Amino acid sequence: MIRSLASRAAALPLSGRIGLALVLFWLVIAVFGPLIAPYPVGRFVDEEVFSPATSQFWLGSDYLGRDVLSRLIWGARYTVLLALGAAVLAVFTGTSIALFAAIRGGVVDEVISRTMDTLISIPSKIFSLVLVAAFGSSLSLLMLIAAFTYIPGNYRIARALAVNLVGMDFVSVARARGEGAIHIAWREVLPNMIHPLMADMGLRFVFIVLLLSGLSFLGLGVQPPHADLGSLVRENISGLPQGASAILSPAIAIATLTVGANLFIDALKGKGDS
Amino acid sequence: MSEPVSPAVEVANLAITLDLPDGSSRPIVEDVSFAIPKGEVRALIGESGSGKTTIALAMMGYSRFGGTISADRIRVGDLQIQSMGERELRKVRGSRIAYIAQSAATAFNPSRTIISQVIEPLTVHGLATGEQAREKAIGLFRALALPSPETIGDRYIHQVSGGQLQRLMAAMALISDPELIILDEPTTALDVTTQVEVLNTFKSAIAASGATAIYVSHDLAVVAQVADRIVVLKNGRMVEQGDAASLLQRPQSDYTRSLLAAARPVERGAAEEQAQSVLAVEGVHAGYGKVRDGLATIPVLSDVSLRLSAGSSLGVIGESGSGKSTLARVIAGLLPASNGSVRLNGELLSPGIDGRSKEQLRQIQLVFQNADTALNPVQTVRDAIARPLAFYHGIKGAAADARVSELLEIIQLQPAVAARRTAELSGGQKQRVNLARALAAEPTVLLCDEVTSALDTVVGAAILDLIDDLRRRMGIATVFISHDISTVRAFCDEMLVLYSGRAVETCPKPAFSAPLHHPYTELLVDSVPELDPEWLASLGGQHVPSLPETPADKSLCAFLPRCPVAVAGTCDVLPPPLVTVDGQRMLCHQRGEVPKNEDAGAQP
Repeated sequence: MIRSLASRAAALPLSGRIGLALVLFWLVIAVFGPLIAPYPVGRFVDEEVFSPATSQFWLGSDYLGRDVLSRLIWGARYTVLLALGAAVLAVFTGTSIALFAAIRGGVVDEVISRTMDTLISIPSKIFSLVLVAAFGSSLSLLMLIAAFTYIPGNYRIARALAVNLVGMDFVSVARARGEGAIHIAWREVLPNMIHPLMADMGLRFVFIVLLLSGLSFLGLGVQPPHADLGSLVRENISGLPQGASAILSPAIAIATLTVGANLFIDALKGKGDS
Repeated sequence: MSEPVSPAVEVANLAITLDLPDGSSRPIVEDVSFAIPKGEVRALIGESGSGKTTIALAMMGYSRFGGTISADRIRVGDLQIQSMGERELRKVRGSRIAYIAQSAATAFNPSRTIISQVIEPLTVHGLATGEQAREKAIGLFRALALPSPETIGDRYIHQVSGGQLQRLMAAMALISDPELIILDEPTTALDVTTQVEVLNTFKSAIAASGATAIYVSHDLAVVAQVADRIVVLKNGRMVEQGDAASLLQRPQSDYTRSLLAAARPVERGAAEEQAQSVLAVEGVHAGYGKVRDGLATIPVLSDVSLRLSAGSSLGVIGESGSGKSTLARVIAGLLPASNGSVRLNGELLSPGIDGRSKEQLRQIQLVFQNADTALNPVQTVRDAIARPLAFYHGIKGAAADARVSELLEIIQLQPAVAARRTAELSGGQKQRVNLARALAAEPTVLLCDEVTSALDTVVGAAILDLIDDLRRRMGIATVFISHDISTVRAFCDEMLVLYSGRAVETCPKPAFSAPLHHPYTELLVDSVPELDPEWLASLGGQHVPSLPETPADKSLCAFLPRCPVAVAGTCDVLPPPLVTVDGQRMLCHQRGEVPKNEDAGAQP
């Protein structure tokens, strides 16, 4: 299994390998962050604010004199894990509903599809704002909001894939055998759409990173003293005129994470098409 | 036959190699040389993978999949194809060398009128103005015996039939008066009755144009009708070549002999008659759309009945659209019948799958036509075969592995195949696995839906032998759906002829050679090409053109517009009666009362 993954990674084009390396890098940071971070996330360690990089503070200090590197590592943890959780949740839910709709067909499919069309027309930022305003910000709520926002998009892609597959003869064979809907969905249809679905999940992940960063930038995301990458940008915005590393580093972090994920996904998609 | 001094087309030492991604290269065609005198038709024949299309395309300096063409000489007229560059080749393609592809349906652009595409070879190369080109195209439509030649070109491809489209494509190829025409399996996708007409018109059109032609096909009998000389190919190499008649009568190589043997199925003896009826279909109606009073909005099958006893085999034949596959889907429960009954061992089956018990489902197994889509590409062979074992018989783990190996042995595949993904198998192997999966359920009725139509002749013949052997040994009743009447006659104990959803004839084996059949059955029999170069010519102009319209009154005989023995005042007024002659049951006015010594064809 691991060997086949490694050989598959080696077969990726250069851009894909760069993307994969960036994604893996951020995943490692996210998972082992608390062990790597030199200082606790909220401790004031520097007298200066917006100090440049030194040997003591590799990425300088932020607007309150906290270590930027430590905050970045913790921020990456929130952004990556929250977005990953939300993306998995969105794809799992969206695809499950899509498989159900595609296999049942007829009225069931019609009702679900039109409902999803309605949901997709709600602007995601406004919807999140309303929910956060109503329930207050919490990590689980953020994850649910992000997942919910991206379920309809995933549903549409998964349903389009599944509808084509459900029309294939091997599904008719399974039906003629008397198989139930769960076997057909899980064993016959899903394995044939897993590659495009993984690519879709990658895309959703990027969207969710940007959505969460946007929400945090507005102050509705992860609450202080914790921060995700988006909040790091917002709280250090006053350092922009100085070009402080406190604002540049989280911005670069968001960029490398999303660009890396995109490169990797594009490489996967190219393979799927051929 | 001695070659003329300067043949119109010459190929010497042609080789085509494919560059593989790992940097190595693999030869796909090697050491091919032939010369065609002007005006002759040369056939390239072989199974899939023999390189026949690759060689034909190399005549235009074109290679699929980025292969590299090398040859001492590829000459067409005064063109030295092997030394021409891409720009020069583009000028030649379509104007001096024309290509007719296998599937006209995908070769035309569906969103433009046909004539605008037919005249393209002339307008693109600047050989004629639009007006001149149109006139020429209409002349060709007339020569190719297309209906309403003045206006047919203004239609779109969905508005003409498959046979017409293939002829329209021929018009596109012929319009620029090419020196060389390449025909790549142009009739393979057509019904036999349509194939005859298309072959006839192609043959006369090529003769009239005076062009030299290369005819690519896997079907020896078809090639025998059109080609002067035949080149037999295997794995990219020439096996033998010779003129058509002598090659068919005295093949030199074993390979050609095996191709010939596969084209002529040997008749089997009838299976031991068992009185017990396994499957009984009574007055089935089925179709698509809303069902009202037992009739669907778009009816496909009307009032079809059949009976099948244990271990016997029933052949269902008809053209595409006659409802053959629908019948199999109705029996399997995939498409619930709107009216009528299906009984298994005397037990009434529910029309749809939902109402049938697991045991009932197990006993009827459907083998799909196209094994490429009938097997889940991500599953291994073991997964595919083991699933019915677990599902119906509860066999799992090591016992299932043992049974899978046993089944693979029955279908003559190596046990090691079990670990491979179905997508990695060849067409013939896939069809065997498809069959093994059905056998794993241990059915009493096996529905085989055109199981060989996607396969090469030799591979298909082997699969048919296998099914025939299995049903005799295991006593499985089989329903054999086919468009090929010679296969059905060779393998089946009874035959059911479907025409536009009606069973126009049922005929037991002893009556296969009866003097009279339903006129449609006779048409089918007459349309199957024989391995005799004179066959097409011997049909002459008597062959009835196909008119796909059916009479407005649904109760009348659907075959009326094409029937050579129809009598005005009877056939076009009264619904056809069911007549029974020596076990043959036919839906026809003109069979039954007619004394047997009178020739039916002589009637007006």
